[in-house]
Amino acid sequence: MKLLLTGNYAAAYAVRDAQPDVISAYPITPQTPIIEKLAEFIDSGELKAKFVRVESEHSAMAALIGAASVGARTYTATSSQGLLYMYEVVWWAAGARLPIVMGLVTRALGPPWNIWSDHADFFTVRSSGWTMLFASSAQEVYDLTLIAYCVAEHRDVLLPALVAWDAFEVSHTYEPVELVEDATRLLPPKGAWAPPLAAEDPASLGNLAYPEEYAETRRLMVEAVRRVPLVFAEAAGRLRELTGRDYSRGYECYRCEDAETVFIAMGSVYGEVRSAVDALRARGVPVGALKVWLYRPFPYEGVARVLDGKKMAIVLSRTTSLGAMGPLATDVATALALKGCSVKLVEFSAGVGGVDVTEDDVVAMYKAALEREGGTYFWRGR
Amino acid sequence: MAHRVFPREEYLLKGHVACPGCGAAVMLRHVLKALGPNTYLVIPACCTSVIAGPHPRSAFRVPVLHIAFAASAAAASGMIEALEKLGKPANVVVWAGDGGTVDIGLQALSGAAERGHNIIYICYDNEAYMNTGIQKSGSTPHGAWTTTTPSGNPGFKKDLPGIMVSHRVPYVATLSPAYPNDTFAKLRKAASMRGGLKYLHALTPCPPGWRYDPSLTIELSRLAVETGMWVLYEVENGVFRLTGPSRALLEKGKRKPVAEYLKLQGRFRHLSPEDVERIQRMVDENWERIAEMLKEGGEHSSEQG
Repeated sequence: MKLLLTGNYAAAYAVRDAQPDVISAYPITPQTPIIEKLAEFIDSGELKAKFVRVESEHSAMAALIGAASVGARTYTATSSQGLLYMYEVVWWAAGARLPIVMGLVTRALGPPWNIWSDHADFFTVRSSGWTMLFASSAQEVYDLTLIAYCVAEHRDVLLPALVAWDAFEVSHTYEPVELVEDATRLLPPKGAWAPPLAAEDPASLGNLAYPEEYAETRRLMVEAVRRVPLVFAEAAGRLRELTGRDYSRGYECYRCEDAETVFIAMGSVYGEVRSAVDALRARGVPVGALKVWLYRPFPYEGVARVLDGKKMAIVLSRTTSLGAMGPLATDVATALALKGCSVKLVEFSAGVGGVDVTEDDVVAMYKAALEREGGTYFWRGR
Repeated sequence: MAHRVFPREEYLLKGHVACPGCGAAVMLRHVLKALGPNTYLVIPACCTSVIAGPHPRSAFRVPVLHIAFAASAAAASGMIEALEKLGKPANVVVWAGDGGTVDIGLQALSGAAERGHNIIYICYDNEAYMNTGIQKSGSTPHGAWTTTTPSGNPGFKKDLPGIMVSHRVPYVATLSPAYPNDTFAKLRKAASMRGGLKYLHALTPCPPGWRYDPSLTIELSRLAVETGMWVLYEVENGVFRLTGPSRALLEKGKRKPVAEYLKLQGRFRHLSPEDVERIQRMVDENWERIAEMLKEGGEHSSEQG
């Protein structure tokens, strides 16, 4: 079935199809339409979930920790300040090994107040243990939300997962979205994982651990995170069989094979990047583009393989990383260093706080990157 | 007789690491006996995070979710909704200290109360941040020494049960470790009630924090009630009722002087006779308010009857 949906509604349809037991959320622009739609689904009986209308984002995640600890499938969504307010329990959810799924509509952090897209909120949780996916269209929001449940609840993983997408360009823009006819063919069966807490077999979740025991819980998390790419690829493989859409590598390459320069981006700007690649190619400039879907764990190997032997990598970062190269560019640099690749790396902070980045901007960035040293530059437009 | 129904089963096991004479541990033992094994505890940062004993062991024979400081009432909200959705009815009980209740956890508690989840929330009140080493909380009494109020607390203890009554939850009650039968009856009542959050507030003496001999915990708990500094009562669907020994203390002459309670505790050692007199007046005024409330409540009941 194909529907015309915004990115936010695509998330709500994916959640309806995943049939969580407990949803808890707090309103914040631009996330709010997700939970409004979910409330409608619950009202109409299409979604049989309990909806805990909490008094803060901190409580939203805490409620899901309580729910997931006894075996519930869960969902929440937030943005920006909401994620930061929730931050403490975001880490708690990961440490408690609970397969919570969250939607994050990326939005700038204040001050000044700004409701438009910026990935600063997204990057704040990059070391927490959450599987982090980035969607660049409404269709990807739908698909990756379903895959998030498959990864989170897999018994080799049991870690929370989030799917992020840009405010407004994706969250509020209508696009055709093809739904999975029977999502149960993709998703794990309910109750496939054993919850940590049950009255019939009492145990404690999260009590005091001395250094060695604490370190062991973190080591086990490291192991679980290492298994994510394989589990992600399996789930993406099942989706590909059902729909033909393929996310299994965790990233997409566009005209990279014979490229000398590769643009790297996440989110809605990727559409402009592809158009710019076509425009530059039409003038005989050998460029390609790489879009990251699976941000954590980061696909170092795959990214390095794509970039190996290229002359230049240009990272478009939709945020300002003050005092250091941005996280995505740092990850690319790490991928290159681990592989021993010598590729010029240029990062542009572009699209910060919702500033529009067009195909012409991307073409101009290519020209600017040729003239500059490797490093991070703030893109103020042409 | 009440003591005959008190279960022999223990759910707080030997080997827990509470301090000798810990009023909270005594109270928790009574609470779990009343609630039984089909009980999930949600515990924020507090002394009991440590009392449980270190991973991978636990001194609890019931499942426990340890959760961040401000998050307990919200976590319990999600847990009860999940258990109801999954068809596994159980008691979901927050067991939180005074800091985790009256200060950092108050927003989540207020939200859970307003939403009406079927949870039991118990504050064990040792009247300061004891786990971090005796710092003043919003529940520290007026005049009390703590490490952050070295000359005595200039503020006044928050009336959290009163705040919960204002949320119109179905049940609010106070507890004391000196009166286990009173505790037992109130917990059983709370567990049997549906239709909202049940709030219970226990005054639990803390030997290192209050500066007294650990052997005096029950005596001190009893004196808190007998002097009228701690009032045992319940508010069931809005109707206030004194319980246990507090029923007999409406007349000032029946109450022991507060000095008997204060003088046993090092945290009040610096108080002058005038300070003690002021605290006595505050207690007496509180009982005058209770008497008025009971009179109004009585009139209210007769109007309805």
